[in-house]
Amino acid sequence: MDVFLQTLVAGVLKGGLYALIGAGMTLIMGVMRIINLAHGQMMMVAMYITYVCFHYWGLDPYLALFISMPALFLLGVGIQKYTLNPLLKAESLLPENQVLMTVGIGMVLTEVIRFIFTSNYLSVKTGYSDAAFFLGRISFSVALTIAFGIACAITAFLFWLLVKTDLGRSIRAVAQDEEAAALMGIHVERIRSTAMGLGAALAAAAGTLLLPVYYLYPDIGGPFTRRAFIITVLGGLGSTVGAIGGGLVLGLAEAFGATYIGMASEEMVGLIIFLAVLLFLPEGLKRLTRV
Amino acid sequence: MLEVDGIDVFYGDAQVLWDVGFEVRPGELFVLVGANGAGKSTALKAISSLIRPARGRIQFEGEALHALEPHQVVERGVVHVPEGRRLFPEMTVEENLLLGAMTRRAKAKRRSSLEWVYELFPRLQARRRQPAGTLSGGEQQMAAVGRGLMGQPRLLMVDEPSLGLAPILVGEIFSIVRRVHEEGVTTLMIEQNVQQSLAVCDRACVLENGRIVLHGSGQQLLHNDQVRAAYLGL
Ligand SMILES: Nc1ncnc2c1ncn2[C@@H]1O[C@H](COP(=O)(O)OP(=O)(O)OP(=O)(O)O)[C@@H](O)[C@H]1O
Ligand SMILES: [Mg+2]
Repeated sequence: MDVFLQTLVAGVLKGGLYALIGAGMTLIMGVMRIINLAHGQMMMVAMYITYVCFHYWGLDPYLALFISMPALFLLGVGIQKYTLNPLLKAESLLPENQVLMTVGIGMVLTEVIRFIFTSNYLSVKTGYSDAAFFLGRISFSVALTIAFGIACAITAFLFWLLVKTDLGRSIRAVAQDEEAAALMGIHVERIRSTAMGLGAALAAAAGTLLLPVYYLYPDIGGPFTRRAFIITVLGGLGSTVGAIGGGLVLGLAEAFGATYIGMASEEMVGLIIFLAVLLFLPEGLKRLTRV
Repeated sequence: MLEVDGIDVFYGDAQVLWDVGFEVRPGELFVLVGANGAGKSTALKAISSLIRPARGRIQFEGEALHALEPHQVVERGVVHVPEGRRLFPEMTVEENLLLGAMTRRAKAKRRSSLEWVYELFPRLQARRRQPAGTLSGGEQQMAAVGRGLMGQPRLLMVDEPSLGLAPILVGEIFSIVRRVHEEGVTTLMIEQNVQQSLAVCDRACVLENGRIVLHGSGQQLLHNDQVRAAYLGL
């Protein structure tokens, strides 16, 4: 029973971070109607930024959020503005070509980081990286618990933004009907860039929060792009609420896989869930709302 | 106020409008009539810069609209209520209305615009928290016109507001458009209900196969033999 509860806790904590990754990808998916296959690579860049902040300036990873998130926001905006929006203007290209572009962007990000930092494994060891506290006999990683709390706060902020603000309404309007949104006086291209920036910033938050308990190397983006993709499909492609559910499900599945099948099964479990969803539940977790 | 001057419009290689020109004067209710596929909606899209004319000019109060982006056209006060309503179906009625007031000009008056729209369409107020996709056809059209009014239009362009409505609702929508116009909003309306729209408008023109074939006052056109034969079945 203890093992079960312990696994449950680990899965939920990790799932909170996966939810951030999935929510970011879903936001991009909703507005641009494409899967951003550079999502994990963007997260990887944020992790390196966090590493630099910690290693060279001694900045705590939680404070580094204030650097990594804005930096990735700008990176996302730049990518949308200078590489993806121009593709949409070329009438001879299908919008799907944007997906290929994101694959290319992911490769470029990975190789640039490899060039600067080499392929060595890096990590950020803080005073609390290995700390834990106990509730009963269940241990909670201090770092992951704090990360989970921050992830919840960021998610709540995201919902507030989407539901209550003009920017959020504009984002949803562009997602539902671009042409009608333009007729409302919404600057559609700017909203696209903003959505890409927000999605990247959410991935950045997850990366930064994960770093104290994780390790870092340039190719870490790929597995996280795959996870983001799985979560987005699990969530029913385009539903933010669904993506959060999807993140939790994947976090739990990986945790239970690692405990009951073996550490090496983490990724396999995710892919099995992915196939199962495609086969048996193509709509993903019920679309509760489309925010 | 609005001058469309000799525009040619293409979709890809297919030309849809040939040398189309007309003028909407301040304060008037102007109607553009024509059969299905004549190019009426295309003309409105050109005015809102959703599509760029290959030739010709579109000017609003002396400024060239065809050089602007769609959101800049709205900023000038030229508001387009598109064909088929195009509400944001998963958002509530009130969210749709608020989205009608996204320009700086309209945002400043958002509260009072909302009161004005709810006064014009009490049914929208009763359904303000309902997703727009669940409204009836008539209510959706009211929401679409209301959303247009939220933009504080100086020129309101309405594309076939009566599309798909029962005759009784058509009358209601027409009287609303007329009421809005009477409140001082210059209005450009597209209609297939030729008889009714010519009867309420100040001036009109007839579009046939992408060309303007007739223009004049509503009464003149109502009594024009060509119009009577082609559109009124008389
Ligand atoms: N996006 C498009 N791509 C290609 N052709 C189009 C497009 N939209 C309209 N057309 C064509 O342009 C012509 C004019 O269309 P338009 O929608 O302007 O007509 P309309 O007068 O508004 O007709 P209706 O009364 O049916 O709304 C039609 O032949 C139509 O098939
Ligand atoms: Mg039309």
